[in-house]
Amino acid sequence: MDITRRSLIGKAALTGVFALTPRLVFAAAPTDQRFVFVILCGAMDGMAVVMPVGDPAYAGLRGALAHPAGDPVKLDTTFALHPAMARTAAMYQAKEALFIHAVASPYRERSHFDAQNVLETGGTAAYSLKDGWLNRLVTALPAGREPAIAIAATVPMALRGTAPVTSYAPSALPEANDDLLQRINGLYEHDPLLHPLWAEAMDARTLAQGGDAGEANPAGLGKLAAQFLSKPNGPRIAVIELLGWDTHAQQAGRLANQLRQLDAVLGALKDGMGPDWNKTVVLAATEFGRTAAVNGTGGTDHGTGGAAILAGGAVAGGRVVADWPGLGNGALYEGRDLKPTTDLRGVMLGVSAATFGVDPARLGPALFPGAHVAPVGGLVRS
Amino acid sequence: MSTDTAIAINRFGLGQRRDEAVPADPKRWLVDQFAAFEPRPAFLASVPTSAAMAAQFHDYTLRIRDALGGDKAPPALAAVPPMTAGPGAAAPPPPKSAQMEVRQELRRGYRDSYVSLVSGRIAAAVASPTPFPERLTHFWANHFAVSADKLATIGLAGTLEFEAIRPHLFGSFADLLLAVERHPAMLLYLDQAQSIGPASMIGQRAAGRPNAKRKVGLNENLAREIMELHTLGVGSGYTQADVQELARGLTGWSVGGFVRRPIGIEAPDGAFVFQTGWHEPGARTLLGVRYADNGVGRGEAMLRALAVHPATAHHVATKLARHFVADTPPPALVERLAAVHLTTGGNLTAMYRALIDAPEAWTTPLTKFKTPWDWTISSLRGVGMRSAPDIKTVGALTALGQPVWRPGSPAGWDDIAASWAAPDALLRRVEVAQRIAAVVGDRLDARTLGPQIMPGVWSASTAAAVAKADSPAQGLAMLLVAPEFLRR
Repeated sequence: MDITRRSLIGKAALTGVFALTPRLVFAAAPTDQRFVFVILCGAMDGMAVVMPVGDPAYAGLRGALAHPAGDPVKLDTTFALHPAMARTAAMYQAKEALFIHAVASPYRERSHFDAQNVLETGGTAAYSLKDGWLNRLVTALPAGREPAIAIAATVPMALRGTAPVTSYAPSALPEANDDLLQRINGLYEHDPLLHPLWAEAMDARTLAQGGDAGEANPAGLGKLAAQFLSKPNGPRIAVIELLGWDTHAQQAGRLANQLRQLDAVLGALKDGMGPDWNKTVVLAATEFGRTAAVNGTGGTDHGTGGAAILAGGAVAGGRVVADWPGLGNGALYEGRDLKPTTDLRGVMLGVSAATFGVDPARLGPALFPGAHVAPVGGLVRS
Repeated sequence: MSTDTAIAINRFGLGQRRDEAVPADPKRWLVDQFAAFEPRPAFLASVPTSAAMAAQFHDYTLRIRDALGGDKAPPALAAVPPMTAGPGAAAPPPPKSAQMEVRQELRRGYRDSYVSLVSGRIAAAVASPTPFPERLTHFWANHFAVSADKLATIGLAGTLEFEAIRPHLFGSFADLLLAVERHPAMLLYLDQAQSIGPASMIGQRAAGRPNAKRKVGLNENLAREIMELHTLGVGSGYTQADVQELARGLTGWSVGGFVRRPIGIEAPDGAFVFQTGWHEPGARTLLGVRYADNGVGRGEAMLRALAVHPATAHHVATKLARHFVADTPPPALVERLAAVHLTTGGNLTAMYRALIDAPEAWTTPLTKFKTPWDWTISSLRGVGMRSAPDIKTVGALTALGQPVWRPGSPAGWDDIAASWAAPDALLRRVEVAQRIAAVVGDRLDARTLGPQIMPGVWSASTAAAVAKADSPAQGLAMLLVAPEFLRR
C-alpha cells in the first residue's frame, strides 16, 4: 500500500471515473408486451424539442433558441422536431413514434425533486404515495407465471413498491468469483434486508450471462435494456433514467447533446429489440416543462407544460397529439409557462392499459389511487 | 465491549482504523475531536484551489474568444453583452474545431484536478484522527451539493468543501451558508455568477438593444435552491414571489476573472465580486420582511435571516437526525435539535453536542445502511491504508454508484437505505471487496481483524462464516461485505 499519487493518476484510468452513471431497472410481468419508461430528470424543455414553429408568438419568446443548429424536421403544420433527433424523426415518419405536447403531471409548483416524486409515484402531491406507479402496474397485471425479476445499481422511485424488482447495471469491475458469491449467500441468510436483495442480484446475474454486458453510455444502456427485454423469460418492464436536462444557461448546445443521447437510447432499443419492437412501447417523460421565454442566460427556467415522447413498433405514431393552448398574450400559465392541456397520468394510463390489454377503468384506480384520471386513448395500436 | 463504542466508531465516525486504539470513552472521544479537527490537513495542503481552477477557466475563455475571432463574449458568461460587437451584428461562423480543441484541453486539465481533489478527500478521510468532523464535512458538502457535471464545476466542485465548508464547520450556520453561497463553485454551478437585474445599469443598457444576439437578465436558480434545499426546505411556505425577490436581492453576486470594464468590475480569478452595475435597484420583500437596497449587504442580510428561520432550523435538524440516527428520524429528536438551532442562533457546535447527547443516537442494532462513500472509506480504514488512494479507488466510487461530488443535482445524494441497498449495488460492493482483499488479504487475518475493528457488533454467525473461508483474502472480502460492516 505504499502507492504514490503520481503513479496512480494515469490518464487512461480516468475513463472509469467519468463513466456516465445512468440507471436502468426492470420488472418481470406476465405478458409478452414490453414497456419502457424513460425518465428525463431535470425538466426537459419540451418547446425546444417539439418546436411549435407555427405558433406566431414562438420565435419572439425564444430568441436564438428558436433556431437550433441543423434542420428541424417538419412534423405537421404547427410543430417541428429538434434536429438532434434523427433516429426518432425516422421513427415518426415510419409511424412508430408520436409526441404529446402541452402535457404535465398534476404538480403545479417548480421544485424538481417534488415534481420527480409526483411523476414517479403517480400521486397528486409529492410524497403522498410511498410506492411507484410502475410497481403498481406490475401488481395490477394478471398473475404471472414467475415472480417479477429486476435488473440496476439502485431502484428509482417509479419502480419501488411491493412487487419485487431487481436491478442490474453494467460494471467496470472485475467479477467476483462464484465461490465467494456462494459464501455470501450464507453470510446474508438471516438478514431480512440483505437476503432478498442478494437472491435478486444472483437471479439478475444469471439472466445477464450470455450477452455482452453493455456499456455505460446511452446507446449501450438502450442495447442492454433491449438485451434483457427480448429474452423469452426476461423482464417486460424497464425504467431508464437520463439525467442532465436542467438547462438554465447556454441551453442550445447542452440540449442538443442531451437529445442526441436520448435519440441514441431510442435507436438502440429499436435495433436491439428486433422483431419484438412491434410489441414494444417506450414512453419518455419529464417532471415539468420550462419557461416559454428564453431567460437572461441563454437558457430556460422551471416551467409547467412540456412534451412527452412515445416510440415503439406498437405505437400509433406519425402525429403530434396536442390540444395546443397557444403562446400568445394571456395564453401562458401564470404568464410564463406553456399551459398544460393534457394530463400526463392520462397518457400513462391509456398507454399501459392498451399495451397490456387491461381495461383502463379497472387499471386507473390501481395506478392512480384517489384520483379520477381519464385515459388518453388511441396512442397504442390495439 | 459496549455498543456505545461501535456507535461512536461507525455511526458518528468513519469506521475503526486497524492501526489505532479503540476509544475508551466514546462520548468524550467525539467531543474532543471538535478542537482537534484540522481544516487543512496534510493531504489537502497541495490540492488545487478555486483560484487556480478559475484561472484555468479564465484562460480558457480568453482562448475561446481568440478562436472565435476576438469579438465574442466568453462562453462562461455569455449573458454579458458583447464588448465590441454592434447591435445585432451578424457573427461569422465560429471555427468549431479550434474551439473544441481548447475545450477538450480544459476538460482534460480539469479532470486531472478533479482526481487530485477526490484523492485528497479520500486520503484525508482514511487517515483522519477526527472522523466525526470529517463525516460532518461530508454531510454539509452533500447538503450544499455542487455536482461536477458542468464544465465549469468539474475542477471547482471539490474546492467548495475544502474552502467554504471545512473552515466553517464549527461556527454558525449563517457563516457556513454565506461562505458557501459566495464561493465560486456555487455561484457558477447555480448560474448566479451571470444573473443581471433587468433594471440595473447593465440590464438597462442591454434592454436598449433589443436586437442584441444575447439577452441579459435575472437567473433565479440559486435563489430557488437556497430556499428549497439549503435553508427553509421545500413546502415550508415560501412562494415563487419570494424566490424572485431573493434572486433580485442577489443580483451582482459574481465571480472574478470573467469580465472587463465597462461591463463589470475586474477582480482576481475566482474571487467573490459584487458587480454593482448588475445589481437590481430598489427595496425587496422576502417572507414579508422589507429589505432596503444597500448593495451586497442586502443579499447577506436576506441569507442571515433565512439561516435562523424556524423552517430552516427544522429542515437542518431533520437532515442531521436522518444522517446520524435513522432514515425516518424520531420527531422528538428533530424538535430538540431544531430548538437548539433556534435558541443558539444556529450554533453548529451546539447542534453537534445535542446529537451526541441524544439517547436516540445510541441505540442498537445499527440501522443506517452505509452509502458507497461510507463503505469505501471504512473499508480502507479497516485494512489500515495510509497512503494517497489509487486512481482505481476514485473509479470504484463511480462503479458503486456514488462518484464523489457528482450527485447529478443540487439536492445531493439521498440519505436513506432504500436508495443504496439494492441488488446490483450489493454485487458491486462484493466485487470491490474482492479487489481490496486481493491487495492486502495475505497480510491480514479476518478472524482477528473482525472483532478488532467491529467491537460490540461482530456477530458469531459472521465469525463462523469467515472462519470457513478458503483463503485469508476470501475471509477479508467476506468481512468487508458482512451485514454488520455494511451498516453504521
